[in-house]
Amino acid sequence: MERDDLIEYSLHGHHDEAKGKEIRSKIYKVTILLTLITVIEVFIGASIKQSSDWWTTVKIIFILLTLLKAGYIVMVFMHLGDERKYLRNVILIPYFIFVLYLIFIALWEGTAVGNVWETMWQ
Amino acid sequence: MAGHSAQLDAKTLWGGKESPFQTSYGKLMMWFFLVSDALTFSGLLIAYGFTRHNAQDAWPIGEETFNSMPFLGHGYPLLYVALMTFILIVSSVTMVLAVEAGHRMDRKGVTKWMIATVIGGFFFLGSQAWEWSHFIHGSEFGKIELSDGSVAIVKGHFGEINSFTVLEAGKKHKVGAVIKEDLMHQFQHAAEKGHLEAGKIHLADGSVAKINKAKDHDMKLIIKKSGKLYQVGGKEITGKKAEQLYYESLYAGEKNRVIYGANMKQNEYGPQQYAQFFFFITGFHGFHVFSGVVINILILLGVLSGTYHKRGHYEMVEKTGLYWHFVDLVWVFVFTFFYLL
Repeated sequence: MERDDLIEYSLHGHHDEAKGKEIRSKIYKVTILLTLITVIEVFIGASIKQSSDWWTTVKIIFILLTLLKAGYIVMVFMHLGDERKYLRNVILIPYFIFVLYLIFIALWEGTAVGNVWETMWQ
Repeated sequence: MAGHSAQLDAKTLWGGKESPFQTSYGKLMMWFFLVSDALTFSGLLIAYGFTRHNAQDAWPIGEETFNSMPFLGHGYPLLYVALMTFILIVSSVTMVLAVEAGHRMDRKGVTKWMIATVIGGFFFLGSQAWEWSHFIHGSEFGKIELSDGSVAIVKGHFGEINSFTVLEAGKKHKVGAVIKEDLMHQFQHAAEKGHLEAGKIHLADGSVAKINKAKDHDMKLIIKKSGKLYQVGGKEITGKKAEQLYYESLYAGEKNRVIYGANMKQNEYGPQQYAQFFFFITGFHGFHVFSGVVINILILLGVLSGTYHKRGHYEMVEKTGLYWHFVDLVWVFVFTFFYLL
């Protein structure tokens, strides 16, 4: 039985040339931005040594820039920004909670294990 | 219950009419897969973070390990990895352009951008092959265990070996013979086995030869494991002192004082786990890129044969696009946590 009451969601993304132009210019802007961020990261990484006092700041900058890059890729390239709010939340929220928890555990335990090893060798 | 089948309309099956996410089944499933795959990669990177965090200063630094460029040699910290990142970002852009062309039912545009994406994927895989090969073969100096028990990585310009002049005959070579082939390989092999002594090399056939080698320049020792005299995090040893310490160990005639390159057991960059994580994380990501390229090619064939055009939408391109962007996304994190930090 042919169903005429179902919504074909696959067609929802369709748009005309004028809208296409708009989308393309956004894509090019994001490309330039992502490249710039990568160049900045390499520049910082090559010019500031890990032994420097600034290293903690640099680390935080790296992580923030990475999250910014990731945000642009997910929201613009993967179109998650254009999806429904519920879909966005279903994908992002559990991920953030779980990964933040894992990072906390890894760093906390990592430090503890590192300390034990150091005392063992002394 | 015959006769009731006529009632199987929208009201009985799905009262809400619109699905809550307003996406097609395929796209939703692709997102679910990507979320689970992202968790796998998070697990790997966090395990890396854990190991690195408890190894502290002994862990290698990205800019020390990855500082070579093809055809250009050493002294370009992180540039090559940045280039790889750029290649992957560009191929992600061509993919999103293919998706956009698909939304306009522009078959020519989709074809063009899909081909560009596949080419970008191959470029990335090629770069990664070069990087692995470089990582496995290692540097000319290797990592050296100094006489006080500390272990150092060595930076600088290695003076070229020009020839070996045979001093004592062996099974193959006669006295006075000049060997000009396969020098570096024989030298490193002998160094690992402890078959070197003050300017002389014991070759595999039992002969002893003099090493004719140009002088090294700007040698620098960076301690990665503390010994009695030199500590991790202490000052770098440079100049004459570095050369003296390096060759003292190299010519000590002991096995395993020097390590070149990397394998699963040991590597010249740092702790054993470092190379294992490198192989596993970049390898697992590389395998994702490889499968992505294969899937992209299959979709490209579908585009060329007009399958999606007949279907009325290019959603298959969008779905593979999601996977391809995800691969780029993972690389962004690998780049930061493995190479930069």
